[in-house]
Amino acid sequence: MSKIQDVITGKAYVLGDNIDTDQIIPAEYLTFNPAIPEEYKQFGKYALSSVPPSQSGLPKGNIPFHTDNEFVSPYTFIIAGKNFGCGSSREHAPVALDAAGIKVVVAEFYARIFFRNAVNGGYLVPFECQDRLCEKVCTGDELKLDVPNCKLHNLTTKETYPLNPLGEIAPILNAGGIFPYAKQVGMLKS
Amino acid sequence: MPAMTLTEKILAKHSKSAVVEPGQNIWIDIDILMTHDVCGPGTIGVFKKNFGKDAKVWDPKKVVIIPDHYIFTADKMANRNIDVLREFASEQKLPYYYDVGTEKYKGVCHIALPEEGHTRPGEVLLGTDSHTCTAGAFGEFATGIGNTDAGFVMGTGNLWLKVPPTMRFVFDGNLPPYLMAKDLILAVIGDIGCDGATYKAMEFDGPGVFALNIEERMTLCNMVIEAGGKNGVIAPDKITLDFINAKNKHKVPFTPMYTDPGAKFAYEKVYDISKLQPVVAKPHSPDNKSFVSEVKGTKLDRAYIGSCTGGKMTDFRAAASIMHGHNVKIDTFVVPATTEVAKGLKTEKMHGKTLEQIFLDSGAKMGEASCAACLGGPSDTFGRLNQAIRCISTTNRNFPGRMGHKEAEVFLASPLTVAASAISGTITDPREYIA
Ligand code: SF4
Repeated sequence: MSKIQDVITGKAYVLGDNIDTDQIIPAEYLTFNPAIPEEYKQFGKYALSSVPPSQSGLPKGNIPFHTDNEFVSPYTFIIAGKNFGCGSSREHAPVALDAAGIKVVVAEFYARIFFRNAVNGGYLVPFECQDRLCEKVCTGDELKLDVPNCKLHNLTTKETYPLNPLGEIAPILNAGGIFPYAKQVGMLKS
Repeated sequence: MPAMTLTEKILAKHSKSAVVEPGQNIWIDIDILMTHDVCGPGTIGVFKKNFGKDAKVWDPKKVVIIPDHYIFTADKMANRNIDVLREFASEQKLPYYYDVGTEKYKGVCHIALPEEGHTRPGEVLLGTDSHTCTAGAFGEFATGIGNTDAGFVMGTGNLWLKVPPTMRFVFDGNLPPYLMAKDLILAVIGDIGCDGATYKAMEFDGPGVFALNIEERMTLCNMVIEAGGKNGVIAPDKITLDFINAKNKHKVPFTPMYTDPGAKFAYEKVYDISKLQPVVAKPHSPDNKSFVSEVKGTKLDRAYIGSCTGGKMTDFRAAASIMHGHNVKIDTFVVPATTEVAKGLKTEKMHGKTLEQIFLDSGAKMGEASCAACLGGPSDTFGRLNQAIRCISTTNRNFPGRMGHKEAEVFLASPLTVAASAISGTITDPREYIA
């Protein structure tokens, strides 16, 4: 990934609180090696496969993230509640969401290791929302994210939600992850 | 100089600054980087992609590789991952690679690290596993990171970190014989929630902590991640130093550090542990706390005793003290964390029998040292919940799908409570079996 796009549009997939990394990518698929491109793709297929059906695609639930044999989902945004990405340190979690085509997660707040992995690996942009968006946005809503102004427009409901500025992670995400960033700031020889 | 907490002091020293403050982003030097079979291959991939095919790790004595997750399985990909580790260890001439199928094989990394002398007070340990925080029990800063960060550390020996504010948990009073460190940490997680310590350090203090043996202290620190904590830490005392000095076969010098008087804590809570009751975490979250007395009688299908948090000698001694002379009423799986623990089960005796014999005589099944069903794993994993059944377990996580089936229900509890429940087939208060 390189510099974050200014405007990102696409459909929302909505989840609840405490979505842990075992739900994002179950342990039985961790045998794939994300450093190998063909195996990286596989993670997309199993992304979110351990979220219980009633919690998948809120508010209704029982909406699959993608059909069984698809590697990529039709959604661009994950909207979630509190403590997204808690649990294990597996970087396979942001990898799985990236491989499935997710560009942005908007949650109330994140578990620390998931957040670091998402940013330092440059897989996706983790925004924090100020309202409880997982109860305002419905799975399938069309969203438009205005990155410089930190505003999320819901094209389906015509609502606009403020997001917290990315702050100190913006330069890392804009560089494309910790390696290019460390080169930019002189911590690593280019 | 402003007073700092133990965590802040370790980070200040490793960033070569006199003072650090919570919230500050700093670059720190790393003492030990640990990885295993699940995250090692990805980490090695990141390292080679960014530093070159022929790059060398920053210090071979500081990179410790401990395969432990998917060991006793026919899964081809899992076995391929071990081959990747083996090849890397030999190409990099890593002295501390604990290979599967050899005498060096250890089992669960967080228990293997201290057994092999890779943990020391005052150091910084990073590992590609969220339970790396276990090593805070030795008075060091220890936390989990992902593959990208680990690949960066492999090549440079440093990483940027944000200094966490410290929360302080004080345990006063004596621990009754029916309680264990697992009850204490489940009570804390239940009280502050599984996001209650997000981005924060959790320091454990008070006479109740310093009365615990080193393995019980590891159980406390192991589960800080279940409250979102960045690290857990306990100041080193004589128990710590005796243990570390006995294990420090590589004779690496170290400097114990302590919280300054007057240091600022972001939160403080005092527990009178003499008044606590046995605790469980109900499905599907480690903060879903109940007292055993509130859920006793709940029917179970399985009991599981193992993992980094519940598969140490102290855990098995506790379980055996209850299971001795009884038959289990449900399928019960016993998995030692490491090969050293497995040896202990074969040699240490209680009531004239080895602990292993006590478990086997009770009808429990014994597995080989590894993570086994703690995280589900490939479908042929020992003890894995392949159906939507109800299990009581000494492990540390019960999110949906963690031990296998996504509709299985997992209750987390102390080895005493799990053992009492195994022999009665329902959730049972260990006080019923402890005179
Ligand atoms: S025993 Fe369980 S929690 Fe511990 S390292 Fe292994 S999988 Fe993780």
